[in-house]
Amino acid sequence: MNDVGPLVLVVEDEAPLRKFIRASLTSHRYRIVEADCASHVTQLVTSHNPDLALMDLGLPDGDGIELTKRLREWSRVPIIIISARGREDDKVEALDAGADDYLTKPFGVNELLARMRVALRHAERRDMPNAPQVFEFGELRIDLASRVVTRSGTELHLTPIEFKLLKLFAKNAGKVLSYQRILTSIWGPANAVQCHNVRVHMAELRRKVEPDEQQHSLFVTEAGVGYRLREPK
Amino acid sequence: MSVEINEAIFRPDPDALLRRVKDEEAKAKGGKLKLFFGFAPGVGKTYRMLQVARDLVADQKLDLVVGIVETHRRRETAAMVLGLELLPRRQVEYRGHTIEEFDLDAALARRPKVILVDELAHTNAAGSRHPKRWQDVEELLAAGIDVLTTMNVQHIESLNDVIAQITRIQVRETVPDSVLDEADAIELIDIAPEELLQRLHEGKVYLPEQAKLAADHFFQRGNLLALRELALRRTAQHVDEDVLEYREAQGLSNNLPAGERVLVCVGPAPSSGHLIRSAARLAAGLRCPWVATYVEAATLTSLSDSDRERLEAHLRVAESLGATITRLSGNRVSEALLAYARRHNVSRILIGKPTHSRIWDRLRGSLLDEVVRGSGDIDVHVISAEDNAGAAQPREHRSRSEFRLAPYLASTLLVGLTLGVAALLHITFKLPDLEMLFLIPVMVTAVWVGRGPSLYTAALGVVAYDFFFVQPHFTSSVTERRYFLTSAMMFVIGFVLSELTGRMKRQERDALAREQRTAVLYALTKALSSAISPQAIAEIASHHAADVFAAATLVLQTSPEASLIKIGSWPHDAQLDPKELGVAKWAVEKLKLAGLGTDTLPGSATICAPLHVGGTALGVLQLRPRERRALGAEQRSFLDVFCRQLGVALERVKLAEEARTAAVRAKTEEMRSSLLSAVSHELRTPLASITGAATALRDDINLSSFTRIDLIGSICEEAERLERLVTNLLDMTRLEAGHLLLKRDWIPLEEIVGSALTRLEHQLTAHSVHVEIPPDLPLILVDPVLFEQVFLNLFENAGKHTPPGTRVDIQASKRGESVAIEIRDNGPGVPEGFEGQLFEKFNRGPQTVTAGAGLGLAICRGIVEAHGGSIRAEHPLGGGLSFQLVVPIGGTPPTIARSIDNE
Repeated sequence: MNDVGPLVLVVEDEAPLRKFIRASLTSHRYRIVEADCASHVTQLVTSHNPDLALMDLGLPDGDGIELTKRLREWSRVPIIIISARGREDDKVEALDAGADDYLTKPFGVNELLARMRVALRHAERRDMPNAPQVFEFGELRIDLASRVVTRSGTELHLTPIEFKLLKLFAKNAGKVLSYQRILTSIWGPANAVQCHNVRVHMAELRRKVEPDEQQHSLFVTEAGVGYRLREPK
Repeated sequence: MSVEINEAIFRPDPDALLRRVKDEEAKAKGGKLKLFFGFAPGVGKTYRMLQVARDLVADQKLDLVVGIVETHRRRETAAMVLGLELLPRRQVEYRGHTIEEFDLDAALARRPKVILVDELAHTNAAGSRHPKRWQDVEELLAAGIDVLTTMNVQHIESLNDVIAQITRIQVRETVPDSVLDEADAIELIDIAPEELLQRLHEGKVYLPEQAKLAADHFFQRGNLLALRELALRRTAQHVDEDVLEYREAQGLSNNLPAGERVLVCVGPAPSSGHLIRSAARLAAGLRCPWVATYVEAATLTSLSDSDRERLEAHLRVAESLGATITRLSGNRVSEALLAYARRHNVSRILIGKPTHSRIWDRLRGSLLDEVVRGSGDIDVHVISAEDNAGAAQPREHRSRSEFRLAPYLASTLLVGLTLGVAALLHITFKLPDLEMLFLIPVMVTAVWVGRGPSLYTAALGVVAYDFFFVQPHFTSSVTERRYFLTSAMMFVIGFVLSELTGRMKRQERDALAREQRTAVLYALTKALSSAISPQAIAEIASHHAADVFAAATLVLQTSPEASLIKIGSWPHDAQLDPKELGVAKWAVEKLKLAGLGTDTLPGSATICAPLHVGGTALGVLQLRPRERRALGAEQRSFLDVFCRQLGVALERVKLAEEARTAAVRAKTEEMRSSLLSAVSHELRTPLASITGAATALRDDINLSSFTRIDLIGSICEEAERLERLVTNLLDMTRLEAGHLLLKRDWIPLEEIVGSALTRLEHQLTAHSVHVEIPPDLPLILVDPVLFEQVFLNLFENAGKHTPPGTRVDIQASKRGESVAIEIRDNGPGVPEGFEGQLFEKFNRGPQTVTAGAGLGLAICRGIVEAHGGSIRAEHPLGGGLSFQLVVPIGGTPPTIARSIDNE
């Protein structure tokens, strides 16, 4: 096969972890650029134009969140944060700073690869002129053009808010959406609607679309951060 | 001639020895006092002091400052000051004049080695820190500064009245003998009286116009001779003590009569002052300890405020003259006195000569007589009250209330009424019987109104009776002798009755006051005993004190940084006035009462009483009387008792706190070590598996591929276990640190439960989980992340500790203002009685082997309790284990936005 797989910039100061990532990614045909501190990142992004960046937050010479914010000013490269900081506030802050996803250390290689695939696909889709209008998640089928949602062929009756929610998640399938992002998307940036509204509507949406009420097999709650629409394996 | 004496107190008495040791300790720390002592103004004390000062500066190059020196515009003296460093004086505004005073604070700030402070007996201007200069000097000495000072013999407290008798001039500025006794060196400045008179005439002592005045009064040869003798004798007394000390040090026995002890009875009468000074001189002569006592007899009516004030003043004087003060009480004065004297081996009792007539003694019994008869082998000295000092002070007005008209009007009305009744009865009764009728208003007024109105009623009654009923009618002439008797009778009855009633009332009032104080103290003690924090104590005490002393109160506590912190006040918003902080600091530093109406900073607005136990300062009780008035003696002694109670309470809490801290520390230590061993066990177990498996994979090339996969699987599992443990440990640490910030939000319970179940879907595949959450269950105000953790831990437990196929039920319902959640399984459960211990750290159940649960339930409990809820485990009917959570809803759930505005 060719060696023109996606180019991944790995910003991580811990050598053992870089080694693990390098081994896992190269065996899946990713190309790697490594940086062990914040100072080279801007230059590396400019010179190599990577397809994806994996970014540690606690770098010896700077903070990953600051770096993300600065990169976002001029670059659309998908950024996945990999950090030992497990607090929800850190995740929310990173997502709101412009990161596409967040992985808490320790993580398994499958998890990492899955997240990378999602991020890469979204970046790719973003660049395509006409986005798909029909999404399928298991039994669930969403047709954005005709505004019809069916489960196992049966049409579901959704309220406008629920449909808007579902549309938002379908377009961002596999990505964590923070409460703030959801609020802004549904009610507009200037609205002072609070998080519990999202939760209540999500609960109602789940009751309608989830195949098993007890298990959230479609919508995963990232406690304190937001929700993620799980893609079928 | 000048005699220089090294002085030290010595008495053959253990207490005295102890005191001497303390004196010496104090001296070792403090500065030295050198006193230039003279018998009259103009002998050259100041001059001599300056001479010594100049020598010290010239010879020893000592850091010496002139604090204050009065040259009285004497040229030679003024010349001596030149070249010495002068401390600027303090300017004090007093009644429109500017007075220059010694600046104590400047002196303390300057901290010279030696300071000159002239005229030890000087009285400071109002508003100074201390009323007297000798108190300033004591503070200088305490600060370790050596002091040179001057004083004349007539200012010595114990010689005060003797000198008043000799010179007929009452000296008001006195210095306690103790100051003199504690002086390290005394230098007597002595010149012949003739020479002094000569100098006076030459104008060297006073300016000419004053000199004439002085010569006429004070500077008479007879006076000067007497004063000189006294000064010499007082100095000789020091020499004597010096000799004694020398003999003692050399091991020579002294020939003192063993066990002499003088007791003096002090009362409120002004003559007691003389009595005290006599006792002091007698005790000094005998070189024995002496005791001043006041006996409060149950039979006597209590003292008026002014009497009590004077009594306290007397006792203070006695204390300053070296007496031990004791207060006795008993049925009879003589009994109490003699009992005390016997118990304490008193050898001599001093009693004042009675000033009342003999009839009084007949009626009431003579104290003197009783004491003399009962004294046995104790000598009784009877001291006459000298007339000048005693009589000079007027017998204090017997707390006379101001004149009020109403009682007299009422009395008049009463007599009028009686007159009317008498007129009506006159028809049937004879005159002498009607007389008796007029006793009624006299008795009534005597009992209910007072002496004045009662006597007035008697007089009015006699006149009215005479005027209206006695022949000739409507004249006031009294012809018959028996009417005199009637009048006299009425007066006597009025007088006696009113006196008796008055006494009864006073006694009643006293009893009431005593009872009130006892009640207050009782209430205080009771309230304090249940208080468990200094703040609570301060709160209670300030409230009580505010009531009793009619003042705004503050309780300040000493803190380790040596500053004072307010811990309670009444009213609550009372703040520490920075201006009054100095008073409080002084009080706590010297452990003495300070502020308004006391010896220290009497001009301030507050009274500060130190709170201490056994000399360890704990704080200050500050009173700001609503009316700016000093406390009476009674109130002062009450304040003393009050502060003692408060001090003991504070000390108790402090000790309890220390004990508690120690216990907690021990417990924490114990827990920490058990936790550490548990944690290290929990951490090492998975690490051991990982290391074992990893090394096997690395080193053993002969492993079958099946074994390899198995080992890799166990590495992953153990790593996960390790991660869970670390997460739990971090959570636990956050919880235990106590500053867990709850980020509460309104959450649907099903989201939390569902999320937790989803995350554990792999662990729970073999179990059948049933969730029953009513759709109308209200949102609850909880931290979503922490609560998910609760359910994660509970579900994980259910998954781990029950066999596959076990049914797990999750049910929720609204119960009042809370939501009740039950997580029940039908697994093996835990042994009976073990339910409570489940929530302890590292309690993993008796037989369980599954790892990582050691902290899970402890974390659950921590989180639920942080939300104000509760969690418990119990055995449900039908077996298994049930966890029951109750979580407060947390208010009124918010409304939900059902529309999209921006579309």
